[in-house]
Amino acid sequence: MPTIYIDGQALEVAQGENILEACLNAGMDLPYFCWHPAMGSIGSCRQCALVQYQNEEDTRGRIVMGCMTPVTEGARFSLNAENATEFRSAVVESLMLNHPHDCPVCGEGGECHLQDMTVMVGHRDRRYTGKKNTHRNQYLGPLIHHEMNRCITCYRCERYYRDYAGGKDLGAQASHDHVYFGRHEEGVLQSEFSGNLVEVCPTGVFTDKPFLKHYSRKWDLQSAPSICSGCAVGCNIAPGERYGKLKRVHNRYNHEVNGYFLCDRGRFGSGYINSDARLDYAGIKKPDGSFMAVHQQQAIDTAASWIKHKKIAGIGSPRASLEANYLLRELVGAANFVAGFSDSEAEIMGTIVRSLKNTTASNPSIKQMEAADAILILGEDVTNTAPRVALGLRQSVRNKAFELAEQMGLPPWQDAAIRNLAQDQRSPMIIVSAMDTRLDDVASRCVSLAADDIASFGYAVAEVLAGGKTEDMAVNEAAEILLGAKNPLIISGSSMSHAGIVNGAVAVAEALGSQSKPAMLSLCVAESNSLGLALLVDSGLKTKPLSISKLAKKSSKLDTLIILENDLERRASNTDIELLVKAAAKIVSMDILENSTLNNSDLVLPAASYAESQGTLVSSEGRAQRYFPVYQPAAERLPSWQWLLQLADACEHKTLSELEHFDQVVSACAASQPLFTTLVDVAPMRDYRSQGQKIPRQTHRYSGRTAMNAGVSVHEPQQPEDTESPLAFSMEGLNRDEAASLIPFVWSPGWNSNQSLQKFQAEVDGPLKGGTAGVRIIQSTGLGALQSSEPAEQILKSHQWHLVPVHQVHGSEEMSANTDEIAELAGPAFIAIGQKVAEKLGVTEGDGLIVTQGKTDISLQVKILSRVAKNCVGFSAGYSETLELTAGSLVSLIKDQQWVRPTSQMIATDKRTGTQGGSAHV
Amino acid sequence: MNDAQMIQTDVSSVLSPEELSEIDAELAHVPYKSGAAIDALKIVQAKRGWISDQSLQAIAKYLDMSAEELEGIATFYNLIYRRPVGKKVILFCDSVSCWICGCDGIKQKITDVLGVDYGETTQDDAYTLIPVPCLGACDRAPVMMVGDDLHTHLDEAKIDALFPDKNKKAGGNS
Repeated sequence: MPTIYIDGQALEVAQGENILEACLNAGMDLPYFCWHPAMGSIGSCRQCALVQYQNEEDTRGRIVMGCMTPVTEGARFSLNAENATEFRSAVVESLMLNHPHDCPVCGEGGECHLQDMTVMVGHRDRRYTGKKNTHRNQYLGPLIHHEMNRCITCYRCERYYRDYAGGKDLGAQASHDHVYFGRHEEGVLQSEFSGNLVEVCPTGVFTDKPFLKHYSRKWDLQSAPSICSGCAVGCNIAPGERYGKLKRVHNRYNHEVNGYFLCDRGRFGSGYINSDARLDYAGIKKPDGSFMAVHQQQAIDTAASWIKHKKIAGIGSPRASLEANYLLRELVGAANFVAGFSDSEAEIMGTIVRSLKNTTASNPSIKQMEAADAILILGEDVTNTAPRVALGLRQSVRNKAFELAEQMGLPPWQDAAIRNLAQDQRSPMIIVSAMDTRLDDVASRCVSLAADDIASFGYAVAEVLAGGKTEDMAVNEAAEILLGAKNPLIISGSSMSHAGIVNGAVAVAEALGSQSKPAMLSLCVAESNSLGLALLVDSGLKTKPLSISKLAKKSSKLDTLIILENDLERRASNTDIELLVKAAAKIVSMDILENSTLNNSDLVLPAASYAESQGTLVSSEGRAQRYFPVYQPAAERLPSWQWLLQLADACEHKTLSELEHFDQVVSACAASQPLFTTLVDVAPMRDYRSQGQKIPRQTHRYSGRTAMNAGVSVHEPQQPEDTESPLAFSMEGLNRDEAASLIPFVWSPGWNSNQSLQKFQAEVDGPLKGGTAGVRIIQSTGLGALQSSEPAEQILKSHQWHLVPVHQVHGSEEMSANTDEIAELAGPAFIAIGQKVAEKLGVTEGDGLIVTQGKTDISLQVKILSRVAKNCVGFSAGYSETLELTAGSLVSLIKDQQWVRPTSQMIATDKRTGTQGGSAHV
Repeated sequence: MNDAQMIQTDVSSVLSPEELSEIDAELAHVPYKSGAAIDALKIVQAKRGWISDQSLQAIAKYLDMSAEELEGIATFYNLIYRRPVGKKVILFCDSVSCWICGCDGIKQKITDVLGVDYGETTQDDAYTLIPVPCLGACDRAPVMMVGDDLHTHLDEAKIDALFPDKNKKAGGNS
């Protein structure tokens, strides 16, 4: 480890880092703008200047940029030399020439890196009296607000959006003092990761548009450590609340999982929590079908009278917490509990759990996936099914570039040099899918195959790896790249609703394992707790969990059916739902939003959303993570685990009625099976204290607490007390270097923006000082996963197609689709076909097709894709219009002559009317 | 259809066969298609005088680039015009040597004669006046270029001689 000297102080620093990183690691405040821990250095903003001296005698030195200067043994620097501080101050002053004085109306104010740096360098008085540059802003869609005048041209946005996230439609334009960052024309940003611009931009050029509509300052937000429920990746999030509304979601750093970035579904998909469609009170169905609101106690008493000594059954939910599912299972008895999966989900989840428990491959975190140097993806459009993983894969394919850089002696943070060196040389990634995926642009080869053939492809690769031979070039290439790699990664998952594909992927991983090449195997699953639920119901035998339909078929007579956060319409056929409704004399269900299942129930209980409750979710990585309530549920909503615990108590349940607190539920659940033992370590228990106090959810500058409800009542309400977690609804206490699972927001003296994160990290870009949140609960036996045999080939009649589910980051997920902005981006349900099929059917993009599946006819809008496997058509999965379509079934297509093409919607916001060319800023 | 696809226009309906063959000739010299971006813009501008949105989108499509990527290049260079210009562009040097030699007065004279300020085009579309930081002819300052011709040692008389038939009252448009 080299020793360097900064202002005479000797520092032991890590080999290969740069001076900026070394200063930050030493706790020194060296201002910066363009450098980003995940994106490296380009030396464009000139802010991290310090003085470097030749030797001890040199008193003059020269200005160098911290982020571009590698550490070398004995190097001498000064942070505080007058010319360095003057230089840094002058840089800020020059940025301020054009920066508007609009902090009071800016969405970034109070958490602005530019504000922080301006104060840090001591620049106060503006000498410039001339006119400031102004730009025309662009409409960038419903998520991102654009305010170009605030730009300080650090180029972080372009580097993030294009270089890091692979977006194509945002770029730098023009030069010198009229540089502009935007699109070629106004329009919706196309990247699924555009929301990170909000956090990447060091000032207020890109801000959170939905947040601006009901804005609060960062210091006025009450936050809690939480886990995104948008998919199974388990990104750590920090939602912020004020006035009883969830205001925004920010990234919460987890070194192994999401790092600094979220996808747009995770960041913007929580608007449904503020929806008017949410239930406030429990309701009992009246004979006329409408519901009568009742108080909590009455609802519980009624439900208890339907449950106690009765024949009951329970349906769990892959989007409810492990604790709630566990409680329901205990309440109704394991034999009467079904997980709440659909038929195909149940089969696949059974396969996945068995594979993960026995495979010789490791189940990687995103951080580990980023180290992969050869990737095989079977059947998943990862960007749409596990978005944050796809962003990680875009970094994996750069390992070729880092390899080249190492040969040239370039440190990995030399971003521009390395990109220039590698151009479009990437590590190999082969995608085998039925249709276009959003990673095709960085794949070395894309193969379009129908579901069964994707499974066969996997088996064929496994065979070649085991020494077999094949004519198929793509199969040979896949085997070759995996064998030639140091860290091969195989990705598959449940999105095609085809267990054979998962088995094929497992076969590849096992074949690599038997060549003593340890592979990474990542299996994407559908929902935030799909894996946790599957583990809960896993019996360890070669059986699959019972699906909702199976329950419908086996229960002829039930007194009461309890449904936990599960809209059956999404996971069972209408016939099966009718059977269930008929079989059960009474149905009790709890959920967050109104849906058809609640309407079918006799008693509905309003459940708290993830932002108002706590629980454990198990991500596809097998990482159990805890989310905590950001604020208390309004009206008479309760977290599902509390409803169930109170029900158990009212029914005098033998074991459950002994439980009172959430921690006790966790302990009981942990004791229920060996795999769950470590659940008690997922986050500290409720008696945890830091310096004798709970962790505050509010910042120390939280304002107006005694006045913000004065519009309703001048009597100051008592602060709610949190008896269930180590967090407090208070500004008192210390939020610093705690367990990683307990950090509600990042803030540090002098660092008001999210850049203060580096004060919480053990080292720059390293884990947090409090470790890494979450516990990986699946320990594989390493015996090798069982593989079922190859799927049989199906013979198609002419004019029939296989239905392939096409998942959309916006629209396919049940809860987020109820958020206005997400619904806008989701667009109409569609049927996706290739160009040739379109010509054959005589349709073009935007036309209508009638899709016939058995007795069901649905008219859907045509979407044309660039590559589609033979005999396959895709449908928008998870959209309410297409719930009746089943993946893998055979359909026929015919042009819908009555179809009215949707008229394109004009965007009215500050669009110029003139026809002249030229970009907006000229 | 997303926005990116919506703006994509059919290349051959926008770019002429002649333009395409000249771009093809440039493509033969570069390892990446995008390497020919500047030349392609110059080729199209030489034929049309400027680069319209439609031309830019067509070139981008032809070179497998996003419109944003090509826009970044087109707007970076001052001599790629993203708005219509007159038949000839006057590049008037206002840098230090020309300034010492009195270019301010000459510029005023041009404005009086042609009725246009910087960034403007004469009403008859003959000339567009654009300032330029240096033309590399400081020894003969003040200088300017009109179209492809360099004019040196400028004075008011030379301006009158260059634009003899221009009415002093001619108005400009922006």
